[in-house]
Amino acid sequence: MAETVFCRPEALANVHTHYCPGCTHGVIHRLVAEVVDELGVRERTIGIAPVGCSVLAYNYFTTDFHEASHGRAPAVATGVKRARPDLVVFSYQGDGDLASIGMGEIVHCANRGEKITVIFVNNAIYGMTGGQMAPTTLPGQVATTCQTGRDVSLAGYPIRVSELLSTLRTPAFVARASVHTPLMAVNAKEMIRRAFKYQIANACFSLVEVLSTCPTNWGIPPAEATAWLEANMIPYYPLGIFKVPEKEDRAPKPMGK
Amino acid sequence: MAKKLMKGSEAIGEAAVQAGCKLFFGYPITPQNEIPEYMSHRLPQVGGMFVQAESEVAASNMIYGAAGSGERVFTSSSSPGISLMQEAISYIAGSELPVVLVNIMRAGPGLGGILPSQADYFQATKGGGHGDYRLLVLAPWSVQEAADLVQDAFDLADYYRNPVMILGDGLIGQMMEPVEFKEGRVPCKPLEPKKWAATGCKGDRPTNIINSLYLDPKELEDHNQKLVAKYETMQRDEVRFAEYGATEKYDLLIVAYGTVARVCVTAIEDMREEGINAAMIRPVSLYPFPYAKVREAAQKAKAVLVTELSTGQMIEDVRLAVEGKRPIHFYGRQGGMLISPEEITAKAKAILSKKEARNG
Repeated sequence: MAETVFCRPEALANVHTHYCPGCTHGVIHRLVAEVVDELGVRERTIGIAPVGCSVLAYNYFTTDFHEASHGRAPAVATGVKRARPDLVVFSYQGDGDLASIGMGEIVHCANRGEKITVIFVNNAIYGMTGGQMAPTTLPGQVATTCQTGRDVSLAGYPIRVSELLSTLRTPAFVARASVHTPLMAVNAKEMIRRAFKYQIANACFSLVEVLSTCPTNWGIPPAEATAWLEANMIPYYPLGIFKVPEKEDRAPKPMGK
Repeated sequence: MAKKLMKGSEAIGEAAVQAGCKLFFGYPITPQNEIPEYMSHRLPQVGGMFVQAESEVAASNMIYGAAGSGERVFTSSSSPGISLMQEAISYIAGSELPVVLVNIMRAGPGLGGILPSQADYFQATKGGGHGDYRLLVLAPWSVQEAADLVQDAFDLADYYRNPVMILGDGLIGQMMEPVEFKEGRVPCKPLEPKKWAATGCKGDRPTNIINSLYLDPKELEDHNQKLVAKYETMQRDEVRFAEYGATEKYDLLIVAYGTVARVCVTAIEDMREEGINAAMIRPVSLYPFPYAKVREAAQKAKAVLVTELSTGQMIEDVRLAVEGKRPIHFYGRQGGMLISPEEITAKAKAILSKKEARNG
């Protein structure tokens, strides 16, 4: 009898997504669903969908969901988790949602040490609204609201969210991964798994930043998008684990002497 | 339980606890800080959870999340803070979630002042945020009534799956009065299990999604119509008001709500000693507004006087109720200035003199 070695995760709905060709949202959705299944928590997992390309994420998972207003997913997740600490709560947010309009909510959610997991998808652009400059858009990168490329003298430099959040004193798990090669995706899944496990153990806030492609709004063919990501995003957004709850890093040093 | 002397803000907090609310998310703003302060120490005593949010924007989204999980939840704020919550309130109404909101109004616009006001009537009763939706709005005139209405508000919110706002002015929050919490209180509405809540999708149950996004215009129109039907039911079943002397013959009908109505009662008694007959309708539900009652009561008077701590907001609903059949006059104070019984009496005398009787 044939053994099933690969199938759709139970936590992933059997539907077509609206994502563009070459976009890696679908891969990231699948990794989250696989982790939810493997940890056996689908029936007590609540997702929080953002405003942005993944606004319809609630149609793509088979867990209960909340649709949040733009940027407020960490606050909604806080409400759910404080009301029902027995539930596993994750938000799924893009870079416009999390790093621009929702910067206040993510910083304070992390700082309170909410026992939730954030999947932060960084594709360096606003996708759903048609390619405007994001807080993560790279210097010189062309977007519809910076048509000659991001001018850092006007817009500042792209925000490195994982580095920023890892400066907080509150224990947390913060990592940046990518899914532009199969091996990278395997590593990303491992980061997502660790993030969910910290939550399930009621240990800490956890966030995995996942670099993602947007060929449509980057203006390049899907086949070239992963190479563009590797060449342009990885140097500015290094991959790795930035913070673990077990280690009290960045402790203040005594002044003087 | 015996009567206890309590500050309005604390009575509101205790009423929520008595109603079984174990979750509060809020942000400090004067003049309602005693509510979050009370909840911060009271909720842990009953196994509840208090969270001081980083902003009213965050607090309102936290109550959205908590309500979506099916638990009773409330927040309180004051005018500028309530403005910051409007986006989330629209989402809460659109997603049909039960939450209780308390607005202890202060004077505006802008940063305004911290003293009592009724200038958020439009915002509370006409929508406030974007899109077609209504809050059920209840306005207490005493600390006891605030405590009673807060408890009813949780039942109404659950029953209608709609946000309910307690609209109080600064006096309600700050003054102390005796309050009684009756034991064995029965909910004012029949309550059903919240099968719609996002609590984890077990077995074959379809996923529960807390959402107000409808990309198909027909689906969104149907959703709007479903909300309208709910508001029409509220208009039929949830009108609340009190009347003072409105069964007798009178020359002047006063319409006032909240603590202003208490001042009007004093003025009505003073006027009676001077041989002037005035009566009052006090709307307790501001949405739904008691149009029929105000219309009927106005017919028995020569003129109508609306008094508010605003430049005239509820007066527009009174005009809709009276439909031009009687002249309607206004007396209001703003900026945190209060209305005295003498001011109301003077205004009433001026109205009833020939000079003002015909002019609205």
